This record gives sequence, C-alpha cells and structure tokens, in this order.
Amino acid sequence: MTTTEPIGPAEPSDPTGRTEEAPGPRDRRTWLREHSELGVCVMLLALGVVVLTDALTMDVAIAQRGPIGPKTVPIAVGIGLLAVSVLLAVDVLRGGRGEAEGGEDIDLSEPADWRTVLLLAGVFLATAVLIEPVGFPVAGALLFWGAAYALGSRAIHRDPLIAAGLSLVTYAVFNNLLGVPLPGGPLMGVL
Amino acid sequence: MNAFSSLMDGFGTALTPINLLWAAVGVLLGTAIGVLPGIGPAMAVALLLPVTYGLEPTGAFIMFAGIYYGAMFGGSTTSILLNTPGESAAVVAAMEGNPMAKSGRGAQALAAAAIGHFAGGMIGTILLVALAPKVADLAVDIGAPDYFAIMVLAFIAVTSVLGSSRIRGLASLLIGLTLGLVGLDQMTGQQRLTFGSLQLADGIDVVIVAVGLFAIGEALWVAAHLRRTSGQAIPVGRPWLGKKDVRRTWKSWLRGPLIGFPFGAIPAGGAEIPTFLSYVAEKRLSKHKEEWGKGAIEGVAGPESASSASAAGTLVSMLTLGLPTTAVAAVMLAAFQQYGIQPGPLLFERESELVWGLIASLFVGMVLLLALNLPLAPVWAKLLRIPRPYLYAGILFFAAVGAYAVGGEALDLVILLVIGLIGFGMRRYGLPVLPAVIGVILGPNAEQQLRRALQISDGSVSGLVDTPFSVSVYAVVALIVLWPLLRKLGRGVLKSRRSVEK
Repeated sequence: MTTTEPIGPAEPSDPTGRTEEAPGPRDRRTWLREHSELGVCVMLLALGVVVLTDALTMDVAIAQRGPIGPKTVPIAVGIGLLAVSVLLAVDVLRGGRGEAEGGEDIDLSEPADWRTVLLLAGVFLATAVLIEPVGFPVAGALLFWGAAYALGSRAIHRDPLIAAGLSLVTYAVFNNLLGVPLPGGPLMGVL
Repeated sequence: MNAFSSLMDGFGTALTPINLLWAAVGVLLGTAIGVLPGIGPAMAVALLLPVTYGLEPTGAFIMFAGIYYGAMFGGSTTSILLNTPGESAAVVAAMEGNPMAKSGRGAQALAAAAIGHFAGGMIGTILLVALAPKVADLAVDIGAPDYFAIMVLAFIAVTSVLGSSRIRGLASLLIGLTLGLVGLDQMTGQQRLTFGSLQLADGIDVVIVAVGLFAIGEALWVAAHLRRTSGQAIPVGRPWLGKKDVRRTWKSWLRGPLIGFPFGAIPAGGAEIPTFLSYVAEKRLSKHKEEWGKGAIEGVAGPESASSASAAGTLVSMLTLGLPTTAVAAVMLAAFQQYGIQPGPLLFERESELVWGLIASLFVGMVLLLALNLPLAPVWAKLLRIPRPYLYAGILFFAAVGAYAVGGEALDLVILLVIGLIGFGMRRYGLPVLPAVIGVILGPNAEQQLRRALQISDGSVSGLVDTPFSVSVYAVVALIVLWPLLRKLGRGVLKSRRSVEK
C-alpha cells in the first residue's frame, strides 16, 4: 500500500528557497499552496512548545526517584519537535516534498474531496454523541449508513438493512460472546 | 527442554479445537484482508485488538499470526489478477504475475504464488524454531540498558530505513513519542500533558492510537481520493502447475526464504526489500531471460516465497527481543502489552506454552492456507466486487467499536477521530505512519528502561553502554545513521578511482 506517487507535477523549485522579488497576491497564494507543507512545520512547532511548556512547568520536587525525573524525556522530545520543525521547514523551502500516499482505491490525479471527509468526520462525531443515549446498535447502524451515504452509496433499501444487521450482529458478538460490554440503549431494553 | 519437544508440546496447544478454530478464523480473515484493497494486516490486527479484552492470549495470538500469514497469501492474488497489489509485500508479484494472467497463464501464476508462500512460510517457520530459542538464550540476561538500546535501534531503524525522507520519519516518531507521554508518569505518578483532564491522566490507549492512525486515517484519506472506476479482475480457473513449471520453479521456492527470512528479522521494512531482491536474483539466475517482463513464472515463485519467509523472520525479532520490524509486529507488540506480557528473551521461559503454541499454529495455518488458496483463489477474487462505500464504512464502524470497547468512554471516539485526522494529514504530507505507532508503543517503555538503567549506574551515562550487547546494538544504530554518508563516501571513492583509471 505504499506505492507512492508525487503529488502534482514535480516542479523544479529554486534551490535557494527564494521566490520572485515582488509576489502579487495571486502569486503569493499559489506559493502558499505549493508550500502548504509548511503547515506541518507550524503544527510540529506548536506541539513542541506545548510539550516543553508542560515539562518546564512541572512541579516534581515531591517524588523524584533516580537521577532522571519525569521532566527529562518530555524536554528531550520537545526540543526534538522544535528541531524537526525547523529542519522540515528548511527541506520544504529547498523544494523537498512529502509524497502523498498512494493505494489501490486512491486516485491522486483528482483534487481532494473535502466534502466527503467532512461528512465522514461529522457522522463519526454524531456517533460519539449518540452512543450513550441511544445505545450501540442504533448509533452503530447510523454510523455505517451515514458513512456509506457520504462515500456515495445510494441504495435506499439495502444500505439501512445492511447497517442494522451489521450493528446488531456486532453488538451480539462483542456483548455476549466476547464479553466486551457495549451500551444496549433503550432499544435493547425493549427487546 | 529442546526446541523439538517444546514444539511438540506446542502442537498439543495448537491442535485443541478452540485454537484450531482461531487459526482458521485468522487465516480466513487474513486472506480476505490480503485480497481486499485499503485494508492491510496491520490495520486488521489493530481493529481486532479489542478482542484481547475477551480472549485468552494464546487464541488471540494464533489468530493474529494467521492474519499476518494469510494477508501475504491473499495479497498476491490481487496482484496477479488485477495488477493492484493488496499489500506492499505483493507489489513484486504483479510484475511477472499480471503479465502471466494476461497471457492466459493466471492459474499457473496463482499456483506458483500459493505454493511459494507455503514453501517460504514453512522454511521460515522451521528457521524460526531453530533460531528463536538460541537468540533468546543468548539474550536471556539482558538488562535495562540493553532493552533501551534495542528500543533506540527500533526508533532509528523505523525512521531511517523506511520511507523516502528521514526528517519526515523523525517527525512522525516524535509525534508518536508525544502521544505516548500523555498521562501519569509510570515511575513518579507525575501528570504529563494531561491539562488537568482526568480522562487523559490514564494516558491515550495504544489501541486508540493504532486504530486511529491505521484505520480512521486510511479510511478518511481514501475517502478524499476515492477512485470512482475500479479495474476488472482477469477471470481465471483453478490454480495448477504442469510438470514443466514445477521444474522451473522449485529452486526459486527454496531460494526465496534465504533472502526473505534474514530481512524479516532485521528492521528493514518487512517484505518489500527482500521480495524485490529475490526478484532481481531470480531474473539473474533464470534460463528464460526473454520471458521476463512478459510473465516469467520464477518471478512470481521466488518473491512470494521470500515474502512469507520474511513474516517468520519478523516473528523471531519480535518474540525474542521485543523488537518490532514491521507494522504488524508493532501492533502485535501492543497486544502483548494489553495482556501485560513483555516479549523478550524471557518470553520463551515464562510463556512457553503461548510461544510454542503460536509457533506450532503457524505450521497449521500454513497448511490451512494452502488448502484454502489453491482451489479457491477465483472465489477470493470475487471479494474485489465489494462496493467501496461499504468497505470503508465498515472500517470506520469497526474502528468505532474497537475504540469504544477500550474503556466504554464516548470521549475515546472523539480522541480516535482526532488521531485519525492526524493520520490523514500524515498521509497527505508523506509522513510515514509506522514510526508514530512504534513511538507510542515503545516510547513509555523506553523511558522506563532508560531511567532504570541510569538509576542503577547512579546517573552516569556510561551505565547505558556497559554491556557488550548494548555496545553492539549501538554500533548497528551508528551504522544506520551514518549509512547515507558512508554510501556517499563510497561512491566518491569509486568515482575518483574510475577517473584515475581513465
């Protein structure tokens, strides 16, 4: 599953990392789009700052055992995150690009379909909210149905049936056979 | 007790009806997963981690190993019939297998692959039986500094050897280590990165990280780029081989494991490199050079045998040293942790029944797989017709089940989604997922070993390198780190020599 292809045409970006002297607003936008990987650097930087702040504000005088306390490793990890963020930024500005992951069902020639991703994330969040009040069988069925719908399945009669069947069978297997409790919800109370 | 009698005891464990059932479930699931696109053995084992809450360890590991081996078998089927490898290990199988299928020799290609997997898996597992107890004996008195050295090796190898960019591998590893820090410090109880939340104080469960990165991340990533047209599988009959084909392939079947097994045991990316090396070796040794690229059967037999043997090699490192060399091994290591079992040299003493039952079940699984795949390959190929919305909706569904089963907390589903989105971003920007998973799984353990080692040496850093074992492991680490530099130097020397000769 790791047959990777470069995203977009591999443009020979200039090795110094400088762009044209006076970038217009449009140029700037395309520059940002081409260098969107810098966002990863920002995230790594932010993560590093969070880890370091948390480690340095730790109050450890109470229970330190041994020469290394609970602070040392987080500090090392935090510094590592900051360093990697800078190194990655240098790499990106020099024209390095992370290759988007390919795969059998993946078509990288089309732009990303954000609507589907957002719909799926929404359906998943709804499941997290619903699972306790309505129980797993209902919430799970809604998750499967909603996800299949978001992914483009439009079999109005078949989809809900498959969703309900899958959810009920899974509930029975986990709850009764494997002994992993899942919330039954009001529906299971009635049955 | 010698290895042989332990193995016989292992068969006693593996052949009980319930464990036979788990082996059968494992190989069936594994073959299906190998055939299905979008879902690999690592994701499958991750999705099945919740069964560790309800199942006793022997059964669970027998099933996981069946999935691992089964996925190798199934992966080559799609490579050959559809030219789309189901697993990264099966990429090479498409190179000669698909042309064979196109020219009407699909049945022979499938048979060469299935028997290759069988031969490779058998030889690999025999080598595992012979070598693993020896490695475990050698390593039996290793202590905290040695464990720490092994984990450093795992970290470095997984970031440097895999993937195209070291810096991105390192970024991924650090993300994993950060996730592993969340929770109470194991030695002092100090809260770290919990932001005062009680739920985060328990730490983020490895199951949630593995499922989030492997399953949710993958499903979302595929959803963003779902291919609307899918290829057509080449129709094919029952796999079989004529005498002439057997004469051409038996040597390839036997050569494959020699390349596959050692590469599986070292952290070099699992089956991808050895299958390719085997392909190159077979091509060089072939007497039918004109057929290569158009469907040379040795090019299917050798690499497939190598790939199954590499799975056995992977198990050697995981069981004897606790060193995961592939994504599947990493997730299996997480399963060991769920049971509170520490894989390593002592595993063969402490959990002898589990280990030998697992190893014996590999032989059983291999026979089951051959019986399942040789006559049924065309049936398995039908799985490819599953509508993609159902496949990826199903992955999301089971991911939710698994994460919820961890602690019965709806909040875990939200954390799962967040980690899934991180996995999505990592796929978009070419950050490999495996280093992050290894970081989460081994990070907390590595920190503990480091602190223990330094406690023993009273804070002196020399305490980390005071055993021959740890020194040799760090030598390997140094070699991996310096490898690109050495290679550059080597090339430079060659070049200057050449120019001198001119």
